[in-house]
Amino acid sequence: MIRIENLVKTYGPVHALDGLSLSVEAGAVYGFLGPNGAGKTTSMRILSGLARPDSGRAWILDKEIGIPGTDIRSLIGVLPEEPTFYSWMTAREYLRDFIAPLYKIHGQKAAGRADELLEIVTLKDAANRRIGGFSRGMRQRLGLAQALVHQPPVLLLDEPVSALDPAGRKEVLDLIETLRGQTTILLSTHILADVERVCDMVGIIAKGRLIVQDRREDLLARYVTPLFEIESDNGFGHWLEWVGKQPFVTNVTVSNHTARVLVTDVEKAQKPLLESLASESLRVRRFEKVHPSLEDVFLRLTGKEAQP
Amino acid sequence: MIRTLLRKEFREQWRTWKMIVFLAVFLITGIISPLLAKYTPVLLRSIPNLPEGLAGIIPNPTVADSVAQYLKNISQFGILLVILLTMGVVAQEKERGTAAMLLTKPVSRSALILVKWLAGMTTVLAGLAVAGLACLAYTLVLFEPLPFGSFWGMNLLIFIYLGVYLSVTLLASTLARSQVMAAAGGFGGLILLLILGSIPRLGDYMPGHLVAWGNSLTLNGNLSAWPALGVAVGIIAVTLIIACLSFEREEI
Repeated sequence: MIRIENLVKTYGPVHALDGLSLSVEAGAVYGFLGPNGAGKTTSMRILSGLARPDSGRAWILDKEIGIPGTDIRSLIGVLPEEPTFYSWMTAREYLRDFIAPLYKIHGQKAAGRADELLEIVTLKDAANRRIGGFSRGMRQRLGLAQALVHQPPVLLLDEPVSALDPAGRKEVLDLIETLRGQTTILLSTHILADVERVCDMVGIIAKGRLIVQDRREDLLARYVTPLFEIESDNGFGHWLEWVGKQPFVTNVTVSNHTARVLVTDVEKAQKPLLESLASESLRVRRFEKVHPSLEDVFLRLTGKEAQP
Repeated sequence: MIRTLLRKEFREQWRTWKMIVFLAVFLITGIISPLLAKYTPVLLRSIPNLPEGLAGIIPNPTVADSVAQYLKNISQFGILLVILLTMGVVAQEKERGTAAMLLTKPVSRSALILVKWLAGMTTVLAGLAVAGLACLAYTLVLFEPLPFGSFWGMNLLIFIYLGVYLSVTLLASTLARSQVMAAAGGFGGLILLLILGSIPRLGDYMPGHLVAWGNSLTLNGNLSAWPALGVAVGIIAVTLIIACLSFEREEI
């Protein structure tokens, strides 16, 4: 459905894409993960036809992008990271009188589709307000609506929920869920919880290259690392130094009175960890063996801090 | 697609007051030109303590003065307004990101440039129609009827003359990344064409010569400037082609 082979794109000395290859199956919701500057937006821009790669090729629905005489734009719906609009237009005018006719949807059909989408993205009450007065979240909702006007088989969504409040985020993610199976979605984000929630496939990129691509469950299984979460009321003191030096410990992170200890072998690690915690007189509230999250995999593969 | 884009351009001009300001200034120019021609000599003669003999050499206004005033005002204000109207049409869309939103839709980039040119030229045409009608009416009241056909022929030449500046500014707007750079390009083109137009002999081939031809046409003179017309149409065509080719290749 979406295929990228060896895309290279440089901006002066910066290698935005350095041989990126990936493929997205039909009907999948593909989480395109990577730290800032990894090349996610550049990939999206190439797939949307806004930028040209220095080398490499890309296909959407078996149509190669950038080939004269081939226009894939009627097959895709694009939501850029910061959608921009004509401030003097109203939301209804934008969808009904401008975007819909560009896809040859006119008259009553355009009006009906515009109203339907405004309802879906919860902008019905603001339909006749000028877009210039919209908040960032409202613009992002309208951006999603304009990407869906022509019911495209492929959606390219660049950080679709980054400007939304928790309720708005849930609504948009629910909407993406409803499109699963009928629309192929490439969803670029750095909000890992969202990827865990809606994506079937995950691709992690860093420095313009794909590090790993797999089904979400397979990825977690492949990179599963035994992990203990320990919560203490009075911090961890010298215990952190001690635990970091143990041969069965691969990584330790601490946040909000909770330590996450990655180990090589749960059975070997459990007993010494418990004993050491008791000997340090720490007020341990919780000691739990947990499954690793996508965030753990992401951090391990990219070596970067992800945003919450 | 063309209809949708054109409709958006006209709506934008209307909602952002550009069209209203443009038409209003052209209307005022059309009204004020015959008035200035008629009453400037009267005002000069009414200055107290005017040196003796000076009042006698101030000529009586004629219809030729009305036409000259109209040509001078409409070409000067027209150029300024055309540059202001056009400088942001592409550059602003790139600057604000609306071009990137639009170009992910099935829209031809060349068609977008041509639509912006067509919308601008239509507004100029409407402005000249308003100004021309006002000038015709006030000249009729204050002087005598102007020859209808040749007066509109003159306006057609002014239309092409202003079209040159519109096209040059549109090219600047397409090449530039910001409105400020586009404005600099438009005014740079204006200065260059004015300098070239002031060079003896070469000036006869420059678009500025169309103004003199228009004046002669209305007042039954025998000046014509076909080469200047050819150069003007050529500049319009070449700048449009370069703008389309450049926009087709540009990464947004």
